[in-house]
Amino acid sequence: MNNPIINEDNIVYQKPKLMNDTPMHYCPGCSHGVVHKLIAEIIEEMNMADKTIGISPVGCAVFAYNYLDIDWQEAAHGRAPALATAVKRLWPDRLVFTYQGDGDMASIGACETIHALNRGENICMILINNSIYGMTGGQMAPTTLIGQKTSTCPYGREPDIHGYPLSISNLAVQLEGTCYVTRQAVDTVPAIRKTKAALRKAFENSMNKKGSSLVEIISTCNSGWKLSPSDSNKWMRENVISQYPLGDMKSI
Amino acid sequence: MENKELTLMKGNEALAHAAIRTGVDGYFGYPITPQSEILETLAAQRPWETTGMVVLQAESETASINMLYGGAACGKKVFTSSSSIGIALMQEGVSYCAGAELPIVFVNVQRGGPGLGTIQPSQGDYFQATRGGGNGDYNTIVLAPSSVQEMADFVDLAFDLAFKYRNPAMILSDGLIGQMMEPVVLPPQRPRRTDAEVIEQCPWATTGRPSSRRPNIITSLELKPEKMEANNLRLQEKYRTIRECETRYETILCDDADYLIVAFGSAARIAESAIKELRDNGVKVGLFRPITVWPFPEKELREISKGKKFILVAEINAGQMIQDVRLSVGDSLPVHHYGRLGGMVPEPKEIVDEIENLIKTQSL
Amino acid sequence: MNTTILISGFGGQGVLSMGKILAYGALMEGKQVTWMPAYGPEQRGGTANVTVIVGDERIASPIQSTFDVVVALNQPSVNMFQSKVKPGGLLIYEKDGVNDAPTRNDISIYKIDAIDRAAAMNNPKVFNMVVLGALLKASPIISTDGLQRSLTKSLPERYHHLIPANMEAVKEGAQAISANS
Repeated sequence: MNNPIINEDNIVYQKPKLMNDTPMHYCPGCSHGVVHKLIAEIIEEMNMADKTIGISPVGCAVFAYNYLDIDWQEAAHGRAPALATAVKRLWPDRLVFTYQGDGDMASIGACETIHALNRGENICMILINNSIYGMTGGQMAPTTLIGQKTSTCPYGREPDIHGYPLSISNLAVQLEGTCYVTRQAVDTVPAIRKTKAALRKAFENSMNKKGSSLVEIISTCNSGWKLSPSDSNKWMRENVISQYPLGDMKSI
Repeated sequence: MENKELTLMKGNEALAHAAIRTGVDGYFGYPITPQSEILETLAAQRPWETTGMVVLQAESETASINMLYGGAACGKKVFTSSSSIGIALMQEGVSYCAGAELPIVFVNVQRGGPGLGTIQPSQGDYFQATRGGGNGDYNTIVLAPSSVQEMADFVDLAFDLAFKYRNPAMILSDGLIGQMMEPVVLPPQRPRRTDAEVIEQCPWATTGRPSSRRPNIITSLELKPEKMEANNLRLQEKYRTIRECETRYETILCDDADYLIVAFGSAARIAESAIKELRDNGVKVGLFRPITVWPFPEKELREISKGKKFILVAEINAGQMIQDVRLSVGDSLPVHHYGRLGGMVPEPKEIVDEIENLIKTQSL
Repeated sequence: MNTTILISGFGGQGVLSMGKILAYGALMEGKQVTWMPAYGPEQRGGTANVTVIVGDERIASPIQSTFDVVVALNQPSVNMFQSKVKPGGLLIYEKDGVNDAPTRNDISIYKIDAIDRAAAMNNPKVFNMVVLGALLKASPIISTDGLQRSLTKSLPERYHHLIPANMEAVKEGAQAISANS
């Protein structure tokens, strides 16, 4: 490569090798791309590319397998923890993680999630919580905030009608099988760095057989929220993070 | 008869022992009557300490079948078992496995339905088993054991077929075969495949990607209809091959028979007793027993039914396999049905009476 | 020739295990055998029954319309299965469990006092072995020797010291049949 601008001598940032050049289907401003990149970086840094099996969900990240050049299984809606359970038990020396949205993990897959975490499966579960169903066009999620408008609660979520927001991480903390539960965000560079450290720790826990790790990442969905990407970040900081505060919730 | 391995056990127990002995890698299941002895036997045997087989009581049938998806997707021999209702709950996962072409084995020890129904034996899930069962155009290879010995033997056979075609395979049993005890010869113990062998035999599996190959992706998803149609056509081609090559059946006393009973699984055992009694009375009846109910042995049945006066399809349901029998023989001879429902199991005498009545009616 | 046997009584009377010991004995003697329980919650307090078929011919149906031998340990069992004994067949019933005695006159009927005999042995737990002894006296489907080998095979070793008492109970059961004549 004889690129006069980008060359070996002046390179300061490089896309991780495990990330391929497939154009992402995610909306501009979406948090998924950032988290994908972090995962690719960590797997490379841990030198685990040939030992990693990712489980992608149903939801926006259903095509995660198109972007990271590792082995992937695409799960039925909500069932990623069941797949991961079997993979890790049958291949105990592999790095096994699930990548799920809040609808996938906290609604249809709540049962599999709780039980995998409670059994202390040596897996890492990543929850992308954007408090809405993105893939299907902005419907209410189990995590949707009180008052938040979605296409299936167009006048805002009302507890009397829709019930309350559900925090899987709060539940996960109570479970004997979890060794690490943390909630992070990727809206700023420092936040991204913290999230990367959290993911690395979770992956290492998995390899050290310490039990289940859950990394929740508060994310934006500017298409679903009907806001610009920068306004989404602002709305997230003002509204979502007060409902779902950031930081380590359990670390053993 | 002095065979060291000849032992008396329930169909469910024999199946569990056979799984351990044939080197199965994992079992994931949820208790339900009348098949809980499968998980109970595995748990008592503790195969994780001997062969390294994983045994896990899952939180639901939904989780079980998806554990199978994960396990099979990384090349391992994994199976589950349940009874009718639980199998119904699994169908989403079975369809995913069919779409992603995963070699899973699942066992249905049938009980009477619909709904919560009864815990007594039934063959009411024949349609579900032989017509796919979940969404989309797919088929599952279905083996129907009629003895405790076949409960043991079909585990390995089901895995062979599942891996040969990368397709779900089912053992369609019922409460009668699952709960009865008979002498059985268990297969000899053999080790599980090593991880290296799994990787070599299943180059498609998600075992972790070395830099020498492209990523392996296990999915049933394809949003582009042209590609999804191509995927479907490839599956249909595979099902055609299975239909061509994998039909299995048994015949008893068909050669000189004037009449034919077609029955599978436990109903075939009952029919065989009826045939003995009928022949004692001078009525020549034979038994055609499909062992694979999908693929159904159509050509073979058509051939054997030639020159017979009628067929009686004896099932423990309201008339399901009779459709496949009719599709096989067309209008070439009359096809009748006898069945009991809701967990009631026909006695041999009922089938004897039915045949004798049909002969009377036909000669009128 | 195959012999079809139905044993029926209350759950907890050892009906299923009686059938099991019989089936094991048949296996040890190289015979064909099937054991088919009426399974389910009946095992725990309701009426339980088991069909055992023993013989030298391939056994087709494990369930039967009629039986060569019926052992009825309570009144519901007599009511339900009396009519299912083949003409010329055998019905054995326990006197304490049955108020209305069976009435067929085309079959052999034996009344046994297995509960009393087990009590007299100071060992109510061997009740089902007394019944089994009676059954094998009336219809020698397997030998006493085969029965003993069956116990050795089917019982875990830590219970083997109980085998002599069980075989005593079998002898008691045989006498219960002789007392009928």
